[in-house]
Amino acid sequence: MSVVTLSQLQFAATGMFHWIFVPLTLGLSIMTAWMETKYVTTGDETWLRMTKFWGKLFLINFALGVVTGITMEFQFGMNWSEYSRYVGDIFGAPLAIEATLAFFLESVFIGVWIFGWNKISKKTHLVSIWLASGATNVSALIILLANAWMQKPVGYVIRNGRAEMNDFMAVLTNDYGWIKFVHTLLSGYALAAFLIMGVSAWHLLRKNENDFFVRSFRMAAVWAFVASIGVGITGDMHAVEIARVQPTKFAAMESQWETKRGVGMNLLLFPNVSRECNSIEEICVPNALSLLAFHDPNAEIKGLKSFPPELRPPVLPVYLSFRSMAGLGTLMILLSLAGIILSRRQRFIEYRTFLTLMVCAIPAPYLAEQLGWLVAELGRQPWIVYGVLKTSDAVSKSITSTQVILSLIGFTVLYGMLGAIDIFLLVKYAKKGPDTDVSSIINVQGRG
Amino acid sequence: MDISVFQITWFVLWGVLWAVYFMLDGFVLGTGFLAGFLARNDTEKRVLINAVGPVWDGNEVWLVTAGGATFAAFPTTYALMFSNLYSALILLLFALIVRGVSFEFRGKIDNSTWKKAWDSAIIVSSFLPALLFGVAFGNIFKGIPMRNDFAAINFSYDGTLIGLLNPYGLLTGILFVLLFAVHGSLYAAIKTTGDLSKRGADLANKLWLPLLVVAVAFLGYTYPATKLYGNYLETPVLLIIPLIAVGSLLLVKVFVSRGSCHKAFLFSCLTILFVVFTGVTGLFPNLIPSNIDPASNLTIFNSSSSLLTLKIMTVVAAICVPTVICYKIWVYRIFRARVTNEDVLGDSEAY
Ligand code: HDD
Ligand code: HEM
Ligand code: HEM
Repeated sequence: MSVVTLSQLQFAATGMFHWIFVPLTLGLSIMTAWMETKYVTTGDETWLRMTKFWGKLFLINFALGVVTGITMEFQFGMNWSEYSRYVGDIFGAPLAIEATLAFFLESVFIGVWIFGWNKISKKTHLVSIWLASGATNVSALIILLANAWMQKPVGYVIRNGRAEMNDFMAVLTNDYGWIKFVHTLLSGYALAAFLIMGVSAWHLLRKNENDFFVRSFRMAAVWAFVASIGVGITGDMHAVEIARVQPTKFAAMESQWETKRGVGMNLLLFPNVSRECNSIEEICVPNALSLLAFHDPNAEIKGLKSFPPELRPPVLPVYLSFRSMAGLGTLMILLSLAGIILSRRQRFIEYRTFLTLMVCAIPAPYLAEQLGWLVAELGRQPWIVYGVLKTSDAVSKSITSTQVILSLIGFTVLYGMLGAIDIFLLVKYAKKGPDTDVSSIINVQGRG
Repeated sequence: MDISVFQITWFVLWGVLWAVYFMLDGFVLGTGFLAGFLARNDTEKRVLINAVGPVWDGNEVWLVTAGGATFAAFPTTYALMFSNLYSALILLLFALIVRGVSFEFRGKIDNSTWKKAWDSAIIVSSFLPALLFGVAFGNIFKGIPMRNDFAAINFSYDGTLIGLLNPYGLLTGILFVLLFAVHGSLYAAIKTTGDLSKRGADLANKLWLPLLVVAVAFLGYTYPATKLYGNYLETPVLLIIPLIAVGSLLLVKVFVSRGSCHKAFLFSCLTILFVVFTGVTGLFPNLIPSNIDPASNLTIFNSSSSLLTLKIMTVVAAICVPTVICYKIWVYRIFRARVTNEDVLGDSEAY
């Protein structure tokens, strides 16, 4: 295999692995901060126990988010040095800003939060979790603005044999990035809320700590519903934007081969890539696609055949990933709505089928998260910076395929082991349930 | 303002970021790979891990920042430095990954085999970065075999991982290991109590002489092996920088033998900072020299970002870096107390 392909594999593998942990960090940090706020304002001990229990899961997850992030930071230079040299003038700035603005805050105040229970006052402790979780959200914004620049390059000129920034505000206000940010952030909130609902349901099935877990479930159900609706809305905005700026990706997402006006949407569809058509097209909603993409039932949609094959992304994975993500999103809206309604009922803990279903739903948002990145990144191929730089021109020249094969094997083994251990620990601590005794903290903090 | 003003500013910041990173992560790495020698039982190991617990991640972010700043201010250097040193950096990454999770995972299961495994992981994954950073910087001071044609945008490199293990690179590696070892033992001495603290001070005292010998050898060997002394010969006032490094190193010994470990630690911080400044000042205006063709040197002038990007980054750094320093000092003050056995035994959140 070539250095390009191997590096793509390695970037995808390490990125997707980073992305197992990131969304939970984004969502659970905020929700933990919310629980601690409740505790500090009401003085109710259950909120403190919730903070500690869910916070523990957050920390186990956080550790791997941190260490896998460093890999991402280094890989741009290691594997994609032509890319780094060519667009570093624009792309390097967000990475450096992310570190100085967000990572310092996050890492320092997480430390304060973990080790500060008995050392600082209640209020200061609360402020530290808000600073840490706020910083993770800011870091998401900055890195997604960087990624959005690769999807929709703005504010640059080609000069001195590279892309140079000429308008920083344009990079910061890239609408593609802001849609991405809201979509991603809300998807992280939804994921964390589904985890809380699932773990709570697991304990409720065993009639363990009913009050604690019903309360956790109710809170999470509302978060999950609001966030999932938001994910759907911003997902639609994404698609509209993509239809305008990345027609090849849009056509692949919808497996649209012909350029036509007033295009409908087939609910059942399966692409046949070698014959450049769809082998199944059933249950068509007339004009739906044109309406969705351009808010005009007669709008023209460019099909894949309008582009030379070497400029098309891999259709099948992009199409399937997109459909599945949107499907999972719809499912999540329905499940969380049911969760809100049923968890208000007195007999809630007797709905065993529903509770079992919610335990099984934990992986759904995880899957959708991974599929989302596949759509975004595979759909951009063969470009690394859409319309500006090809992925094949972006790879480092001084590395050999042997080097990348070895590092890829190393990552696979190391990440495989760490991932297994981390999931094992998460499950162990989730099953163990909350500590009953939090008096040591209350005693100390009462004085603080 | 002329672009060279910003290029020089970022050269200084580049040096400072690396130096501060080594000063801060140095004691975490040192405490980590010495934990096996210093601690006599599980509780003492936990005391050591908890002594670095609240700060290790915040310290590692200086590395992320140094990397990010290289990318933003000198993208060509970032690109060539990271891809040319690919294999060494992969090893470094793996070590840093393992070290980070070890702290978090070790205490999560109460089983002695599990803990022993992570103890070994902490030792190896703390030692390796200390050595590798030293080797990498030794080779940067010396120059690496690359040929760069900036006009034609054509870059090539014919070094290997084994090639980095030349005598000068290895000597710098040993220097870093010993610097961090003394630094880490002193940190253990000032952050723990009783016997453990005494053992830290003793170890620092014992390791000091080997460190001095290696430091002198390094300063001597630097003359034939590198071009670092060129700037000092041209501008002799700069010699104040290596003099501070040497002076601080001597003061470490003075204070440690008097039993004032806090002061000794302070001077070991200064030693690390000024050792790095000594090297970096010698490099100027190069970031990474080539040892086969001077025209191929990566300098702050031929590898920097555009004026606009440098300006933006300067504003960001001017606001963020002082803020970061302020809240980091606040955090070190909150956690300034020594960690005791009772602390780790009584706290469910401790590592
Ligand atoms: C939308 C969110 C998002 C995305 C797309 C990425 N990350 Fe990430 N990253 C985070 C959100 C995040 C986070 C939530 O802020 C993390 C996860 C856990 C944590 O500690 O912070 C994090 C951690 C993290 C760290 C460790 C920081 C520390 O030591 O505390 C680094 C160096 C990076 N990331 C770098 C990257 C790079 C270079 C990426 C692009 C290829 C990337 N991340 C994708
Ligand atoms: C963490 C979440 C992310 C995931 C899961 C992810 C996933 C992927 C995938 C699946 C690919 C395609 C690999 C291939 O072509 O086979 C890829 C490529 C790439 N993505 Fe992402 N990506 C993520 C975040 C980012 C971000 C935030 C950036 C930019 C800052 C980025 C930049 C790139 C680059 C440089 C490549 C390599 C070149 C390429 O193949 O296009 N990715 N990523
Ligand atoms: C409800 C229907 C949904 C729609 C219409 C939708 C739409 C989209 C689109 C069009 C993209 C591609 C963006 C790009 O190419 O840059 C995307 C990306 C993504 N989606 Fe979704 N999505 C939906 C649901 C979900 C769900 C449920 C999740 C996870 C819980 C999710 C997570 C992601 C992620 C992580 C990305 C990559 C980051 C980004 O580009 O924003 N999406 N989504």
